[in-house]
Amino acid sequence: MTLAARALDFGFRGHRVGHGVDLEFPAGEIVCLLGPNGSGKTTLLRTLLGLIAPLAGDVTLDGRSLEAWPGRERATRLAYVPQAAQSYFDFSVLEMVQMGRTAHRGVFAVPGERDRELALASLARLRIAALAERPIHRVSGGECQLALIARALASEARHLLMDEPTANLDFGNQALILDEVARLKASGAAVLFSTHHPDHALRIADRVVMLRDGKVLAAGHAGDTINSQNLSALYGRPIDVAEVVSPDGVRRRTCVARELPPMH
Amino acid sequence: MILPRSRFPAGILVAIALLVLLVAWSFTVGRFAVAAGDVVRVLWASLFGEESGLARNVDAIVLQVRAPRVVAALAVGAALAAAGAAYQNLFRNPLVSPDILGVSAGCALGAGIAVLASLPIGAIQAFAFVGGLIAVGLVVAIGTWIGGRDPVLTLVLTGVVVGSLFGAGIALVKYVADPYNQLPAITFWLLGSFTGALPRDLPATIVPIALSVAVLWLLRWRIDVLALSEDEARSLGVNVKHLRIAIIVAATLATASAVSLAGTIGWIGLLVPHAARLLTGAAFARLLPLSLVLGAGFMLAVDTACRTMFATEIPPGVVTAFVGTPVFIALLAVAFRRAS
Repeated sequence: MTLAARALDFGFRGHRVGHGVDLEFPAGEIVCLLGPNGSGKTTLLRTLLGLIAPLAGDVTLDGRSLEAWPGRERATRLAYVPQAAQSYFDFSVLEMVQMGRTAHRGVFAVPGERDRELALASLARLRIAALAERPIHRVSGGECQLALIARALASEARHLLMDEPTANLDFGNQALILDEVARLKASGAAVLFSTHHPDHALRIADRVVMLRDGKVLAAGHAGDTINSQNLSALYGRPIDVAEVVSPDGVRRRTCVARELPPMH
Repeated sequence: MILPRSRFPAGILVAIALLVLLVAWSFTVGRFAVAAGDVVRVLWASLFGEESGLARNVDAIVLQVRAPRVVAALAVGAALAAAGAAYQNLFRNPLVSPDILGVSAGCALGAGIAVLASLPIGAIQAFAFVGGLIAVGLVVAIGTWIGGRDPVLTLVLTGVVVGSLFGAGIALVKYVADPYNQLPAITFWLLGSFTGALPRDLPATIVPIALSVAVLWLLRWRIDVLALSEDEARSLGVNVKHLRIAIIVAATLATASAVSLAGTIGWIGLLVPHAARLLTGAAFARLLPLSLVLGAGFMLAVDTACRTMFATEIPPGVVTAFVGTPVFIALLAVAFRRAS
């Protein structure tokens, strides 16, 4: 089970956003997509999901071009987890999560007992089963993001593609989402997520892909690739990677943007 | 959400019971009062082809005058509310009404042209129906041709533009119409009325409405998914393009049927689904039945009031606006204040 891009040019309506991207995204890995605003992260994600067609090159799932997959079958392999920033209609959390089952059922179907059970199990995996009957717009941003991840789990897709799942969340909720995503890997899921925080990649990612102006600037093992030189080139200003030791003696690396000297 | 999933069956039963009472009341009141017991006897007898044993004029009032009017009001209210509910989910906008894609303007222009040509009432209804379909067909064709990043927004904007184009057509028709015969007929039609509801016209209205509602009911879960963003719906495996067309066709058919029977009656398609969603949430499996019952009830209550409140009948479109405006402001205040 591998999602891969070969010599991929991506963009929409003939407007090229990214060029010559190669990447491989096997099951059981967490891959983090880093890049400044406008670098093409979201457009790349949408292309990998098959929502927009590649301008050149190919995206393959299990060796078969994404466009050759029937839409519903593809939806049972690839799941999209959007940002929890949008306003939803008045659905309950459970109804929202059950929608992850859509591709498994016919056009005129309604969710059945098994769909309900799978949705409840997904909520339980993310430890938000108690929210099942709450309206989705009445839960916190972090809980809403967890519900959207639960929806992806309910689809039984092995590849989860998350568009900035930690954006718009407070510091505590960011850590919560990261920890839950890290837990998913243990069950064999593959996660590709984009973020503006390289620290998030250091915390949970196996590999990182750095995207700048639509091209891969650097890619590889997270610990090696996230260094001062790459980050500075990626974001266009000096960034250090420092090591901090927490009171319990655990060593962690963290990224700090260097302050520019004051102007005189 | 007063009626979540667990309490919905009880809630819809109460709503249906209230609707039955409302129907009974509507049969009894009017210029000629009929006792509730007599209404039941007449309806019962006609159902089984028997003689009711009551005066001929009681039979005639119940079966020939009130029954078609009650049925028409129920069908029109249910159709407008169902179409509004579908459109609000489809366009992800709680303030959308069934005429968002210009169906009412198209119907009105069609009817106006038929009046101008001095065609009979059946032809006016047919023209209205076709006019509505042409308007929406035009909107969908132009919207699809323009495309764009947000197809829903493109459709809505195209609907506004085409709607106002047809509105200009209506203005022209009114301007050239004979001010003594045709203009009152057109104005009357634009404000809506059930006085023209004849038993023989009803099947042509009710059958397409029932078909449309059946399609919307069958697609109820898919309609929920369409209320998400387009990217989400597509990544969940929904064929958004085909489904959107199917829903637009169904909702347009229901609206055009309703408008061709009773004229352009505003507010119901906006107000009723909005209220239903506040009551039971956006899940279409609950939203559609509740909208149907509330829409039918609201329309019947308004029409019954229209024919009994004053010595002369007043147009229901005026009453829905008079009632709809304050109710809608109250709904907005409740929903938005609670949200903030």
